[in-house]
Amino acid sequence: MNALETRNLNKAFGSLVVADDISIQLPKGARHALIGPNGAGKTTLINLMTGALTPDSGSVLLGDQDITGLESNERVKRGLGRTFQINTLFPELTPLESTTMAICERMGVAQNWLSPLANQTEAIDEAFGLLTQIGLADDCTKPTVDLAYGQQRLLEIALALATKPKVLLLDEPAAGIPKSESAALFEAIADLPKDISVLFIEHDMNLVFTFASSITVLVQGKVLVEGTPDEIAHDPLVREVYLGGADHG
Amino acid sequence: MQPIDPQKWLRNKARISPYEIAFWIAALIIPYAFFPNYLALASQIAATAIFCIALDLIIGYAGIISLGHAAFFGLGAYAAGILSQKGWGEPISGALFGAIFAGFCGWIVSFMIVRVQHLALLMITLGLGFLLVELANTLDWLTGGSDGLLGIDTWNLFGVFKFTFWGYTAYGYTLGAAFLVFLLCRRLVNSPFGLALETIRENPQRTTALGVPNRARLQKVFTISAAIAGLAGAILAQTTETVSLDSLGFQRSADIAVMLILGGTGRLYGAILGSIIFLVARDQLSGMNPQYWYFWIGLLLMIVVLFMPRGILGGLEKIKSKLSTKPNQKVDGA
Repeated sequence: MNALETRNLNKAFGSLVVADDISIQLPKGARHALIGPNGAGKTTLINLMTGALTPDSGSVLLGDQDITGLESNERVKRGLGRTFQINTLFPELTPLESTTMAICERMGVAQNWLSPLANQTEAIDEAFGLLTQIGLADDCTKPTVDLAYGQQRLLEIALALATKPKVLLLDEPAAGIPKSESAALFEAIADLPKDISVLFIEHDMNLVFTFASSITVLVQGKVLVEGTPDEIAHDPLVREVYLGGADHG
Repeated sequence: MQPIDPQKWLRNKARISPYEIAFWIAALIIPYAFFPNYLALASQIAATAIFCIALDLIIGYAGIISLGHAAFFGLGAYAAGILSQKGWGEPISGALFGAIFAGFCGWIVSFMIVRVQHLALLMITLGLGFLLVELANTLDWLTGGSDGLLGIDTWNLFGVFKFTFWGYTAYGYTLGAAFLVFLLCRRLVNSPFGLALETIRENPQRTTALGVPNRARLQKVFTISAAIAGLAGAILAQTTETVSLDSLGFQRSADIAVMLILGGTGRLYGAILGSIIFLVARDQLSGMNPQYWYFWIGLLLMIVVLFMPRGILGGLEKIKSKLSTKPNQKVDGA
């Protein structure tokens, strides 16, 4: 059984086809990279998986469960976490508060309006532990807006982990990160628990070939080819349209 | 750098400060001791502060902008007023009746409110206010229409304290209610639910991706807020023994929003401070020049929004933190 699977997903905005019969399988514990040129429909595919977009046809399965009809937040509850390509955080709140909130939500105590947040010691300790693990402990009481960009990218991952995902979708985790801060991020990705299945979109080929155990190449909303990093690196079709095909129209 | 104790940090954030205790003692003593002729105004301020706190819950914490929240204020006022007119004038149960009725109406409306945003949200809340004013006007056999609801008789508080023209009982009653509402809301905003609301305000897309059912959370706070607004309306109806159509209307919705923005959103005390400033200014300025006092409110509003985008209280907090910390901190809103 796969951790996550899409079956014949289709999506079009008017005449623009953004997902064309996409079937992808993500085995348990996978490190699967999704690559492709700009506009290939990578983020769209993630949005279809998480429920931010509704497919025109096809289905999404989490484990053996069809989640195609579920709202985004219900998919999260079932173990599908994600991060965003552009930092999508809570600027005025601190990492500690943001992460604690995510954990309270997971524990089902976030509707509680009559007892102090400070009494949720279990959630707070878990949040602080997560922030320590990812390297944000020292800055976890500063407003998010005051954090460095790379730290905000780390917080993206910490927040997604706070939902205890079985499957984690990382949308360009290293996007826009300065070289000086990328080591901490690479480390955080390498340290992701082994039982979590990870699908990540990335343009940084260094990151892709370091972490991916399998790769899907997406072009114009279609799966071009799928395989191990080695196969992809030597695939003539991939080289032509993506990795080095500057002469191709 | 000192190691951070996360539990302590969160606990301290919600801790009651000496300023707060001083404020509530002052609110009890100053009007009685120094301004006994202004107790009617003071109780109007306290009732308005309750209403403004209700608005702060949805605007300041949850990010639901409303230009029609007087609808619930008025519904509570009419509910308590009509109950009293029909023969039940006990104040506390009457006020709770107003709150529950307004809260129920708020819950019904909340299904619509949480499905829209931005301009559509403003128009829906605005439309709701218009709708209710006309409805109350049409149902004049029940509400008294444009003549206002007459014949309200509020019984003695606890069977002992008589509501008189001078407002001794009225202020005690209203301030007591304001204090209880404040305690409840303070608890709410410092709870896990309160934090969830703030995250929804900051970034609803992200809360969805963290598993938060945004709409359910927003419906809950909207219902609570409507009930509190209804309580404020009910108390004002009981203490003034009259309800008019304008208690539902746009002017009141706009005024309360102005008070909140003047005082500062998302901090509860901003709502209280805004109510005090607005109503004292109206009392004083309209005494000098009854027709043009909104000129000064308009000017004050523009100055505050331009120079203190987080309201007067937010501005004061910023000045205080600048004085107490090093000036090399980043300015927000970058």
